Amino acid sequence: MAEWTASKKRGALRVQLEPRLDVPPAWFPVAVSLGAVFVALILGGIVIAFSGGNPFATYAYIARASFGDIGVLSDTIVKATPIILTALACSIAFRMKLWNIGAEGQFIMGAWGASAVVLAPLLPPETTRWLFIPAMALAGFGMGGVWGLIPGYLKAKFNVNEIISSLMLNYIAVSWVNYWVFGVWSEGGFQMSPKFPTNASLPRLSDYAETIPFFRGLTTHAGLIFGILAAIALWFIVYRSRWGYEIRLIGDNPRAAKYAGINIVRNTILVMALSGALAGLGGVSEVAGVVRRLQTAPLNAGYGFTGIIVAWLAKLHPLAIILVSILFGALILAGREIQPSGIPKMIQGIILVCLIASDFLLRYRLRFTRGEVE
Amino acid sequence: MCTCFLVYLATSPLEHAVTANTTTDLQQPPLAVEMRGIVKRFPGVLANDHVNFELRAGEIHALLGENGAGKSTLMNILAGLYKQDAGTIKVKGKTLEFSSPRDAIKAGIGMVHQHFMLVPSQTVTENILLGLDEPRFLMRLQEYDKKIADLGDKYGLKVDPRTKIWQLSVGEQQRVELLKMLYRGADVLVMDEPTAVLAPQEIEGLFETLHSMVAQGKSVIFISHKLNEVASIADRVSVLRRGKVTASGVPAKGVSRQELASMMVGREVALAVDKKPKTPGEIILDVKDVHAENDKGLPCLRGLSLHVRAGEIVGIAGVAGNGQVELSQVIAGLRPCKKGQALLNGKKVSNRDTRYGIEHGMSYVPEDRTHVGSSPNLSVTDNVIMKNYRKPPISKGSMLDMSAATKFAQELKEAYDIIVPTVNTPVRLLSGGNLQRVILAREISGHPNFMVAVQPTRGLDVGAIEGVHRLLLTQREADAAVLLISEELEELIALSDRIYVIYEGRMMGEIKVEGAEPDKTLMDAIGLMMTGTPLEQIHMEGAPTHG
Ligand SMILES: Nc1ncnc2c1ncn2[C@@H]1O[C@H](COP(=O)(O)OP(=O)(O)OP(=O)(O)O)[C@@H](O)[C@H]1O
Ligand SMILES: [Mg+2]
Repeated sequence: MAEWTASKKRGALRVQLEPRLDVPPAWFPVAVSLGAVFVALILGGIVIAFSGGNPFATYAYIARASFGDIGVLSDTIVKATPIILTALACSIAFRMKLWNIGAEGQFIMGAWGASAVVLAPLLPPETTRWLFIPAMALAGFGMGGVWGLIPGYLKAKFNVNEIISSLMLNYIAVSWVNYWVFGVWSEGGFQMSPKFPTNASLPRLSDYAETIPFFRGLTTHAGLIFGILAAIALWFIVYRSRWGYEIRLIGDNPRAAKYAGINIVRNTILVMALSGALAGLGGVSEVAGVVRRLQTAPLNAGYGFTGIIVAWLAKLHPLAIILVSILFGALILAGREIQPSGIPKMIQGIILVCLIASDFLLRYRLRFTRGEVE
Repeated sequence: MCTCFLVYLATSPLEHAVTANTTTDLQQPPLAVEMRGIVKRFPGVLANDHVNFELRAGEIHALLGENGAGKSTLMNILAGLYKQDAGTIKVKGKTLEFSSPRDAIKAGIGMVHQHFMLVPSQTVTENILLGLDEPRFLMRLQEYDKKIADLGDKYGLKVDPRTKIWQLSVGEQQRVELLKMLYRGADVLVMDEPTAVLAPQEIEGLFETLHSMVAQGKSVIFISHKLNEVASIADRVSVLRRGKVTASGVPAKGVSRQELASMMVGREVALAVDKKPKTPGEIILDVKDVHAENDKGLPCLRGLSLHVRAGEIVGIAGVAGNGQVELSQVIAGLRPCKKGQALLNGKKVSNRDTRYGIEHGMSYVPEDRTHVGSSPNLSVTDNVIMKNYRKPPISKGSMLDMSAATKFAQELKEAYDIIVPTVNTPVRLLSGGNLQRVILAREISGHPNFMVAVQPTRGLDVGAIEGVHRLLLTQREADAAVLLISEELEELIALSDRIYVIYEGRMMGEIKVEGAEPDKTLMDAIGLMMTGTPLEQIHMEGAPTHG
């Protein structure tokens, strides 16, 4: 426990920390997190000012660049969509204290699975969208699931550390996709596959611009629906289903779970598979909604790792993940617009540090006392 | 403050009274601790309501009270762990404000908690030095080993400074905690239910240590639920009830157990149980030649056979660590059975999915309520549905009906007097006794036809113990079979129809209990068997036996 003394004199204001013994009300963590973001923006502003910039102008610019009009807001959401899914993936594994850091690889394998439907081809190019998209989603979900299941199985049966195995599988996934992109599915020797037919792409808002002119130029695609549905489904699983109860119990006290007759081995495998599958779905959404062809670089942009951070910041809560992902989407987007481009990265970093530090306030209570000091 | 403390250490209590405390009556030993008007409020409970508490130097002061009465809270305040909402603390006549345990230990107050805070992979010495400023570098640890060994000798706390914590028994770990406090110069020692986790011989050892500590000028506050212990060790007794003081510093010699019990509970408590004669039914649990290994891979059950019939309570007596806990785990399917088997209603339960037993009417009150029996960060509701979340009305298909679960938890809270603000509170915030009630409520509410209860009354107050005993007898009335594993001989004799005594995982014999009165020959015989003498070799007059 720490204690700061403003002044050693009698009657000085003292700030004391004491462990928080009660459960704070539900709004409290939200308020603290918002406060932390606010503090981070102030700190970031100070740094910007010192480096000769105008913090207000910079922030105004970032805000405009990511939320300013419907067009950039739409871009922000496009950036947030894959993060929502990878963060959901991490959150369900972390809830059971399974440290799946392979969302990156599972994401890429998901994209590969969806691509295989188009490029192998498993379905002819003239297939309708109503068949194509579900088939691709299923394939990506399944491939990501397999990529999560492998470390899950190794962990459950042979107690292999899932951190290492899931991390290693990231590299395998990238090499695997490279093999297909450079070789089998390469378009005339370029490091990318041919473009998917329109039926095999997720519809964008702009696709409907003819009937609704307002949608002109908006890139938000149907992957967002995957993200939102997945978040809602995960909320129900975690807080309202028998399976979710088992996951929460194992995560909090595996010995008690065993005592309650819960099969930990089976759940380890299932949860890792679900986690991989959600990340894989993220890959589907990105490849079919944004890239629209199989290509390593844009898929290998670190969405899986960002998902880890977002899951933590959202305290593993599925619905909070949507909001935090949008914040991160905005920072990524602004990163492309602002010079020097390090600024949004720095703000991202400061926000992260502040949010982690603010966790402290959830566990400790500050007490202000005006009392005698020895 | 510091100087005063040094003076105090350097002088015996009597001299101290003369030199430093001229205002007090010379006949009275000085007060080591004086707490006045302490108030501590938790959401929904007033844990301490203007509590006054006085500890004289050189005394052993017992603090009694029901579960949730506020004993641990009061002592946590004294040890600087919690901050009181109102009230003052004086240590050796000086008013002090503690904002951390560090401040309290600086003032000479050290607390040994019920859950030890030691690092398992480190040695005794390393644990004791942890958090201290010296030594600056971890060199010359041998010197410190020696210092600690000497300190141990001084107070009769035998433990090898070089062993790693994980190799120590619970009793030895407790000694390390005590040494830690003594090493930091504590002269007021607070012990929160120290005997709850100890075997009988270890309890005697602890008492000797406490006596030698007070003989050397230290003072001790001792929380316990065991009234016979209080009578034998304490000089004075204070009692808390629902956060208020109901007895303050009464001499322990002058009060009877019955009086203490009613001061704690606020009504007459039946210390004896009322067990009606009953003819047992058919065999429910049948354990046949069971062999098993403990966590370290050593044999701990070596061919144990026993059975329990419907409508009877069968006790297992034995000194802690002779295989009782492992036996319960084999029955519950939580520990592999190397040879032999356990049958429930004729069907195998050993080496079988734990869930099988749960779904076939077995309930199990485990010994370790915080690590096995409950999930600390989950709510009371989540904890009480651990066994029945697979069945309606809690389960609705693959979903959980949360309103049914909340209603169920609410009902148990009422029926079993669980003191907690709401059923959404995480159980880590419950007092020890209340957590035990949550577990018992869950295990009994499933209407088991067989129940294993390991130390079900550990840490409970007399009123609650009476309640648990009644509940166990109700199970017997309802024709359930009950296997009761306990280290309290009196409890076993009072409740059981038959008692098996085990020693090093082997059966020493079986005794039929007729009257509820603990009879001397019976107690002696069980005592002998518990230390390894088989029944055949004991010559008993008059005591009813059964081969
Ligand atoms: N950290 C906490 N947050 C909320 N309530 C608490 C907390 N600690 C204790 N309480 C409540 O305060 C009351 C007193 O608890 P305390 O632990 O002091 O009881 P106790 O006398 O030590 O009981 P026991 O014999 O069961 O250990 C209980 O109702 C308990 O639920
Ligand atoms: Mg207590």
